[in-house]
Amino acid sequence: MSQAKEVLSNPVFKNNPIGLQVLGVCSALAVTSNLNTAMVMTMAVIAVTAFSNLFVSIIRNQIPSSVRIICQMTIIASLVIVVDQILKAFAYDVSKQLSVFVGLIITNCIVMGRAEAFAMKNPPGISFMDGIGNGLGYGVVLVFVGFLRELFGAGKLFGYEVLPLVNDGGWYLANGMMLLPPSAFFIIGMFIWLVRTFYKDQVEAPEFELAKNSKKEAV
Amino acid sequence: MSANNDTIGRTITVTVLLCVVCSVIVSAAAVLLKPKQLANKDLDRKSNILTAAGIVDANKSVEELFSKITTKYVDLETGKFTTDVPAKYDAKKAAKDPVLGKVLTKDVDIASIKYQAKIMPVYMVEKDGKLEKVILPVHGYGLWSTLYGFLALEGDLNTVIGFGFYSHAETPGLGGEVDNPNWKALWPGKAVYPEGSMEPALGLVKGSVDTSNPNAKHQIDGLAGATLTANGVTNLVQFWMGANGYAPFLANLKAGGA
Repeated sequence: MSQAKEVLSNPVFKNNPIGLQVLGVCSALAVTSNLNTAMVMTMAVIAVTAFSNLFVSIIRNQIPSSVRIICQMTIIASLVIVVDQILKAFAYDVSKQLSVFVGLIITNCIVMGRAEAFAMKNPPGISFMDGIGNGLGYGVVLVFVGFLRELFGAGKLFGYEVLPLVNDGGWYLANGMMLLPPSAFFIIGMFIWLVRTFYKDQVEAPEFELAKNSKKEAV
Repeated sequence: MSANNDTIGRTITVTVLLCVVCSVIVSAAAVLLKPKQLANKDLDRKSNILTAAGIVDANKSVEELFSKITTKYVDLETGKFTTDVPAKYDAKKAAKDPVLGKVLTKDVDIASIKYQAKIMPVYMVEKDGKLEKVILPVHGYGLWSTLYGFLALEGDLNTVIGFGFYSHAETPGLGGEVDNPNWKALWPGKAVYPEGSMEPALGLVKGSVDTSNPNAKHQIDGLAGATLTANGVTNLVQFWMGANGYAPFLANLKAGGA
C-alpha cells in the first residue's frame, strides 16, 4: 500500500512531470488563462493518464514489443476522443474554450511517457495510481498557473470577482500580460524555482561554468 | 514481454483485436452522446443569435427568450420570403446540394465560401407588428477557418446592433480576438450602407478608426497581428450584405414587401 501512496504523491512535487521532467508545457501555456479551464483540463488529463495506464498495463504481456508504441497510441487516442465527446455533451462551454487542446492530450508527452515507462512494466492497479499521480502533478502546475493568471490578469477566481478592476470602478489595474500565453512561461519558471528550493536534489549540476568576463569592450 | 509475442501472427492478432475494441468504444461514445451534443449546439446557436441581437436576460432561459424571435426563410435570388423549405433545413448542408445550393464563381465569391445555399434563414424580432430587429447569419473564410456568425440590424435595416461569431478556428490571441467583447462592442451603431445605396461600405480598417473621417460610421478597428482574419471579416460582411447576399432581401423589406 505504501508503494501506491508513493506513486500517487511522488509526481505531485518530487517528480513533477512539468516541474522536473518539463513535459507537457505547451498545453500548460494554452489552457491556464483561467481556473475553470485549467481544472477541466486537469480532470481530462488525469482521466486519460489513469485509464491509458490501466489498459496498457492490463494488456502489457500481450503487446508485441515491435508495435508497442502504436498500441499505446491507439489506446490513448481512443480515450482522448471519448473524453472529448463527453466534454462536448456535458460541458459544452468549457469544451469550446478548450477547443483543440483536449484533442491534443494525445500528444501530451506525460501520457505516453507514463504508459511506456511505467505501465508497460507494472501491474494494472499500481499503474492506474501512477496515472492519477502524474495527472495530478500536471494539474497542480496548471491550477497554480491558472490561479495566478486569472487573479492578476482578470482580478477573478473561477469567474468571481476578487480584485475589483479599475474598469469597473475598483482599484486593481489588470495585468494584461498575465492573460497572454507567455506569462505562463514565467510562472512555470518560478514554480520550478520554488520546487527546487525545497527539493535541492532536483538542481542539476551546471554543465559548464561561465568564464569570467575580462575584456572591456567598447560601448 | 515474452519473445513469443513478436511473431507476425501474434502481432497482427493483437493489433487487430485492439483496434476493434477501441473503435467500438469510440463509436459507442460518439453515437450515444450525439443527441446531447446536438442539443448543446442548438442551444449555443440560439444564445448566439440572442447575443448578437442584444437580447440578454440572465433570469430567463434561452428557450424563453428565443420564443420572441421568428425564424423565416429567404430566397436570396428574389429577396423574398419563401415557405418552400424542406423540413429540418440546414443551410450549411444545402450549400453543397445540387438543387438547394449554388456554386459561386470566383469574381463574386469575395468571402471565399465556394458554395452558397439559395435559401437562408433569417431571424426577426417584431414588436407591435413593427420590425424591430433582424438577425442575419453570415460566414466567410478568415485565415485558417470559415468563420460563422450573426449580424443583427435594427429596424431601419442599416444600423448594426451586434455582431459575433459562434464558430471559427482562428489563432487564439490574434485572429481569435474576433471574440473579444471589447472589439465586438465597436460594432453597434455602425451603418452597413452609405445613404441611398445598397452597396455595403462596412469593413475593418488597419489600426484604429479616425473618428473625424466622414466614413468612420462604416469603419471598425482592425485586429492587431491578424490582417488576414480582418480581411476575411471585411470580405464576409461585404459579401453577405451585397447583391449576392441579403441586399435584395433588405431592399424589398425596406420597400415594404418581402
